[in-house]
Amino acid sequence: MAAIVQIDNLVAAFDARGEPAGSPVFANLDLTIERGEFVTLVGPSGAGKSTLLRIIADLMPARDGTVHKTMQQSPQRRPIAMVFQEARLMPWRRVRDNVAFGLEGLRLDAAERNQRVDDVLRLVGLADFGDRWPYELSGGQRQRVGIARALAVDPDLLLMDEPFGALDAITRQTLQDELLRIWHETGKSVLFVTHDIDEAVYLGDRVLLLGGTPATITQSYDIAAGRPRRRDQEQITEAVTRVKRGLSQTFEGGAGI
Amino acid sequence: MNSRTLASATGLIVFLLIWEAIARSGVVAPTLLPAPSVLPGALISEVSLGFWHAMVLASMEHYLIGLFLGSLLGIACGMAVALFPRVDATQAWLARVLRPIPPLAWIPFAIIWFGVSQSAAAFIISIGIFWINYFAALTAVEAVDKELIELSNAFGHRSFFARLVKVILPGAAPGILGGFRAGLGMGWMTVVAAELFGITGIGSRMMEAAGLLATEVVIVYMLTIAFLYAVSDTVFVRVRDRLLQWQQ
Ligand SMILES: Nc1ncnc2c1ncn2[C@@H]1O[C@H](COP(=O)(O)OP(=O)(O)O)[C@@H](O)[C@H]1O
Ligand SMILES: [Mg+2]
Repeated sequence: MAAIVQIDNLVAAFDARGEPAGSPVFANLDLTIERGEFVTLVGPSGAGKSTLLRIIADLMPARDGTVHKTMQQSPQRRPIAMVFQEARLMPWRRVRDNVAFGLEGLRLDAAERNQRVDDVLRLVGLADFGDRWPYELSGGQRQRVGIARALAVDPDLLLMDEPFGALDAITRQTLQDELLRIWHETGKSVLFVTHDIDEAVYLGDRVLLLGGTPATITQSYDIAAGRPRRRDQEQITEAVTRVKRGLSQTFEGGAGI
Repeated sequence: MNSRTLASATGLIVFLLIWEAIARSGVVAPTLLPAPSVLPGALISEVSLGFWHAMVLASMEHYLIGLFLGSLLGIACGMAVALFPRVDATQAWLARVLRPIPPLAWIPFAIIWFGVSQSAAAFIISIGIFWINYFAALTAVEAVDKELIELSNAFGHRSFFARLVKVILPGAAPGILGGFRAGLGMGWMTVVAAELFGITGIGSRMMEAAGLLATEVVIVYMLTIAFLYAVSDTVFVRVRDRLLQWQQ
């Protein structure tokens, strides 16, 4: 397997003007994501998880360090796509037009574009919802549209920032399973941020802990369980216990999660 | 007809009846308070003499030119201020000085610059409309969700133009259209005042009629303004609801 993202010695910081200077949010951060891998990242809020995703997606600069990305460049795709916690749909676009947002500006004709939108809507189970306005959707459906929008650009790497954090437990489990199915079907690499350890273990090939001040990656757990997984299988429950123990050690006496 | 409509109609009818009764009782002279029953006759006479069309068309022209210029420039300037920090700094004091000046205070200059002309009336009307749209557009653009701008960057739309068209304009549209609607009403309020100084239109005709103590004609034109405002507002709300159908 080849690395799709290799991060060395990354330092992120914000000064009063929002510039990348001053005391670091996280420092000495090393992270490698292999092609096709599902990596989950947990850590207390404020540790810099969103910041890390933003730097990887070129939405903001790092103070120091390197992010090396090995991705296929193509005028018909975007190498990286992001899914946000609050879905972030544009309320003035119907579902299909939200999904097509990232396709605008790519070299696709109208037929190809429609085809892509139809395909990803079917993939997330919203084939009949293309003509709805965002306000006509439930929280889970909105999140599916956010995922469809990201998949539509056919990215090598999916960055997901607590995408299921605002959903009820049942919807969350359904979407977790759907995400695993989609991941299996599409072979994308995923970096998935969550503060839910059960979720991190159930989804990830590898669970990373981000913590400390300044934060860094303190632990990495390989989740040995094969796929498909069951939530109650021993390798999963054991790993959850291991990660929780590691987490309480990391944050012993400090801020909890 | 539901009960609310019924109550509204009753209110209006009772008002007209009381007005009619007072006017007929002889307590006040007919020139001070013409009875509502003489208004249809006054309207028919104004229409048949050709005044009504001519005045409404003239005022409409002032109004539309003022509305167009005031709204366009107000929205453009307000957006520019919100989008470019340099422009924002430049306008801060300037706007504070110019904004409180009521549109009618510009009448002397309007007449000195443009003469007693259509342009003078349109200029005065456009001033009030300008400021309403200016502040509405400024606030609306500043309030556009920053997270949607980040979203737009994340999906490859990073140029100023793409951001403007894909995020800022649609995001600010409700606020901008709200300002435009307020300007729509403001315009009818200033149109009469702008014409009181002899620029042909509803305002000048009202002054003429008042000079002849033809107060029923004055009332005909007062109601005409109310009617024109109601029509323009209703049409606009239709258009707006179409444009903003994505809102709940
Ligand atoms: N635009 C910004 N300007 C200044 N500080 C910021 C900005 N964004 C995030 N931060 C700070 O960086 C830290 C990490 O934030 P974030 O990456 O959102 O954490 P997480 O996603 O792990 O909860 C926080 O202390 C936050 O206050
Ligand atoms: Mg976050």
